[in-house]
Amino acid sequence: MQNDFSSFQLPNGLKVLLKEIHTTPIISQWIWYRVGSRNEQDGIRGISHWVEHLQFKGTKKYPGEKMDQVISRVGGMWNAMTYLDWTTYYETLPSREIDLVLDLEADRMQHSIYDEDEINAERTVVISELEGNQNEPLFHLNSAVQAKSITEHPYHYEVIGTLDDLQRMTRDQLYSYYQSHYAPNNAILSIAGDFNTKELIEKIERSFSTIPSQKQNVENIPEEPSQKEEKYVEIKGPGDALYIQIAYHAPRADSRQFFILSVLDSLLAGPSPLVMFGGGSISNRTSRLYQALVEKDITVSVNGDIQATLDPFLHTFVLTLSPDADPQKALRAFDEEINRIQQENIPPQEIERAIQQAEAMFAYGSENITNQAFWMGYSSIFADYSWYEQYLQRLRAISAADVQAFAREHFNTKNRTIGVYFPTEEEVQNDK
Amino acid sequence: MTNNNTARQTYFPNEQTIHRFQLANGITVLSYSNMASKSLTIFGMLGSGSAWDKPGKTGTANFTASMLMRGSKTNSFQEINTKLESVGAGLSFGAGTMNTWFQGHSLIKDFPMLLSLIYGCLKEPLFQEEYIERLRKQLLTSLLIRDQDTQARASLEFNKILYKDYPYGGPVDGYPDTISQITREDLLQHHNTYQPSNAIITISGALSQQEIESIIKDQFEQWTSKAKNDKPHFPEYIPLSTETRVHVPIKGKSQSDIQMGTFGPSRTSPDYYTAFLGNHVLGQFGLYGRIGKSVRIKAGLAYYALSSLNALPEIGSWEFNAGVNPSNIEKAITLIKEEINRYLDEPLQEEELEDSKSHLIGRLPMSLESNVGIANVLLSIERFDLGLNYIQNYENWISSITPEQILNTSRRYLDPQKMVIISAGEKTQ
Repeated sequence: MQNDFSSFQLPNGLKVLLKEIHTTPIISQWIWYRVGSRNEQDGIRGISHWVEHLQFKGTKKYPGEKMDQVISRVGGMWNAMTYLDWTTYYETLPSREIDLVLDLEADRMQHSIYDEDEINAERTVVISELEGNQNEPLFHLNSAVQAKSITEHPYHYEVIGTLDDLQRMTRDQLYSYYQSHYAPNNAILSIAGDFNTKELIEKIERSFSTIPSQKQNVENIPEEPSQKEEKYVEIKGPGDALYIQIAYHAPRADSRQFFILSVLDSLLAGPSPLVMFGGGSISNRTSRLYQALVEKDITVSVNGDIQATLDPFLHTFVLTLSPDADPQKALRAFDEEINRIQQENIPPQEIERAIQQAEAMFAYGSENITNQAFWMGYSSIFADYSWYEQYLQRLRAISAADVQAFAREHFNTKNRTIGVYFPTEEEVQNDK
Repeated sequence: MTNNNTARQTYFPNEQTIHRFQLANGITVLSYSNMASKSLTIFGMLGSGSAWDKPGKTGTANFTASMLMRGSKTNSFQEINTKLESVGAGLSFGAGTMNTWFQGHSLIKDFPMLLSLIYGCLKEPLFQEEYIERLRKQLLTSLLIRDQDTQARASLEFNKILYKDYPYGGPVDGYPDTISQITREDLLQHHNTYQPSNAIITISGALSQQEIESIIKDQFEQWTSKAKNDKPHFPEYIPLSTETRVHVPIKGKSQSDIQMGTFGPSRTSPDYYTAFLGNHVLGQFGLYGRIGKSVRIKAGLAYYALSSLNALPEIGSWEFNAGVNPSNIEKAITLIKEEINRYLDEPLQEEELEDSKSHLIGRLPMSLESNVGIANVLLSIERFDLGLNYIQNYENWISSITPEQILNTSRRYLDPQKMVIISAGEKTQ
C-alpha cells in the first residue's frame, strides 16, 4: 500500500492534509470547522448542529436539490456530523469527481443562502431528531449525568441543544453564526485516496485560496472547576431495563494522561472502537468489569467510553441491569474492581493486551479510505496528525505503574457522578 | 486517478480473481486475495435458522447461535475470549430466518487460531447450563428493551400481519415467554440441523489463494454430519386484498415510528433489479428520494422518511418508514401514499432515473474497499447465484432498465389501498 502524507496551509489559514492511497479508485474529502456545542451560549443551544443541517439547503450555484443530486448521481456518499468541538462534512466518491466536491465545499463555506422558509421547515426536522433521541432511556440518563457532572463548561449540554432554543432561534442568529465560524482560517481540509498530490494541491489552491479569512472572536469558554463531592442523579421514566451510568472527569485528548486512560479503560471495559467507518470490533468479555459484573450475573452488560476532546470531558461506564436487579449491588461490585486496580499490581500482560488490541484496530481501520481521511482531520482538531500516527508508540510507552498511579487519582469518588435510570410509568427527575 | 470502467475490470473481484472451491463435505468456499490489507475477514452461513424453531419455542435458532461461543470441547468460554481478545481478533455468531451466520476478523498471523475457534464453536459447543441461564437473562433483558423501541415494535407488528404464518412473520430473537421455555435439549436439537453440505464460507484478506485453500481444508474438511436438515414447510403467501391499519401504543415516547408496505420481489426474482432501481428513485436517492423530499424536506415532518426493498431468499417486502411526532402520523402516511400514487401513475422522468442509475453504479467501489465489504459481496454471489462476474455485470443490468419496465413491475407489487400500515408510539386520540 502506498501512503504518501503531506500537509500545508494556505495564506488564508486553511489547513490542508493529504494522503495518497491507490488501493481503490475513490477519494474521501472531509472539511472540519472548529465549531461545535462548545462554542454555544444560552439562547442558541443546538445552533451548531442546526447550521450543519442548513448547509445542505444550498447556495446560488448549488441549490439544495442540486447539491444532493450532483453528489449522489456520481455514486457519492456524503453526510455531516456535529459534536462538542467540531462540525464536519464529508464526501466519499469516485476519484475522478474530486473537482466537484472541492468546488462544492468552497462554495458553501461562503455562499449558503439560509432561506427563511427552508429554516422553518428544517426547524421541525431538527426537533424531530431531538424527539427521536428522547425516545431512548439512555439519552435521558446521559443528558442528566452530563449536566450534573459539568456545571460551568458548555459540555454541560447535549450537542442537539434544548427544545426551547430550537423553537425560538431566528434566521439572523443562524446566519450570523454561520458567517462567523465558516471561514478558511477556522477550517481543516483532509483528503485521502486515489489522487496525485501535486495536481491536487493546485486544485485546492484554485478552489479555496480566494476565500478571505475572517477574524475569529476569542471566545471566553468557562473552565470547569474541580468537582468537590460525589454526585448522584436519579431518573425515572418509561422502559423495562435499569441503567447505571458512572462518569468521571477525564483529561483532554492532547495530554499524556489521555493515553494512560485509554489503556485503563481497555483493561476495565474493553477496547473502544477507534474507527468510524469499517474495521472490526473487539468484544470485552475478558475485561475486568465484564468478568466481575456480567460473568457474576450482576449486570447483563457493561461498556466504557472515552472521547477525544479539546477540554476535559467525561470517562463513562454504562451498566445495563434487568429491571428487578439491585443497583447498589452492581455499584458495590463496580467499586471493588476499581479498588482492585488501584491497590493490586497490574500484570504486564494486561497492558500488552490493550496495545495488541489497539494495533489490530489500526490495521482494520487502515483498510478504509474514508476512515483515513477522517483521522487526519479529527486528530487535527484537538492536537495534530502526529497524535494519530504516534498513537501506538505512545501506548507502548505506558507502564503498569503509570496506569495504577493514574487510576488512584482518577477513580476518586469526589471526581464522579452516578446516574441511575429506573424504569417506571412516569418520568420524574429528582436529585439527591 | 483511475478511469472507473477500467477499474471495475481490474481492481475488483471477478471470475479471474475469485477462487471458488468445494470441500469433500460440501462446504462451498469463495476467497479473494487482498494483499493491500493487513488483516483477514471470514463470513460463514449455514442453511438453518429461525424457520426451524418449533411452535412455542420462537428464538431457539438465535439462542443456539448465541451459545456457540460460550464454551466448546476444545476451549472454555474464558479460553475462547482470551485467545480472541488478546490479539484483537473478533468473532460473532447469529441467526436469521433461513440461516445461521458467523463473522470473524483477525490479523494475518492469527488467522489459523481464528479458524480453529470457529470450527470448535460450530462443531462441538458444550451448551453448559450455567451459560444457558446467563444468556437467557441477557436475552430477556434485550427483549424488554425491544419492547420500548418504537421502530422495533412497528416492525414486529408489520411482519406479523404481512407474513402471517410464513416463517418471516415471527421475530428471530423470540418473545419473553418463548425464550423462557427453551431448554438445553431444544438447543441441542437445533444444533443438530447444522450441516456442512449447505454451508458457505467467504474470505478476503492478505493471503494467497493457495494458502487460504490449504488452511480452510485443514480445518473444515474434517467436519462430517449425519444429521438431517429438512427444510420447513413454507405456505403459499396470500397477497393483501385490503388495507390493515394498526397502532401499537407505547407510553412516554416523543417520537412515533411508521412502517407501512406490502410484498415485494425476492432477491432471486427476475423483478428484483427493476424494483430495486425504481425504489431507489422513490425512497432512497439523495436524502431519501421522492418520499424524503415530500415528507422531510418540503413538509419538515420527519428526521427520516424513506422506502426500501427487503428482498429475502424466497419472498420480500416493499417497506416505507418514517419517524414523526405523534401528532403528525396521519399527515405523514397521507404524504407517503400520495408519493406512491404518483410513482404508479406515470413512468419515471428520464433524468431522475439516470441519476439513480449513475449513483448505484458509481457507489460500487465504496462497498469493496475493505475485507468486510468484499467478503460480504462474495457471500451474496454464492447465496443468490449472481455469478463470479457479478460486479462486472452489475453496470449492464442496472443501465438496461427502462422507465416502462419499472412502472410495470412496480404496479404488480404496490397498491396504496392494499397495504399494512403500522404506527408505534404514544397513543393519539
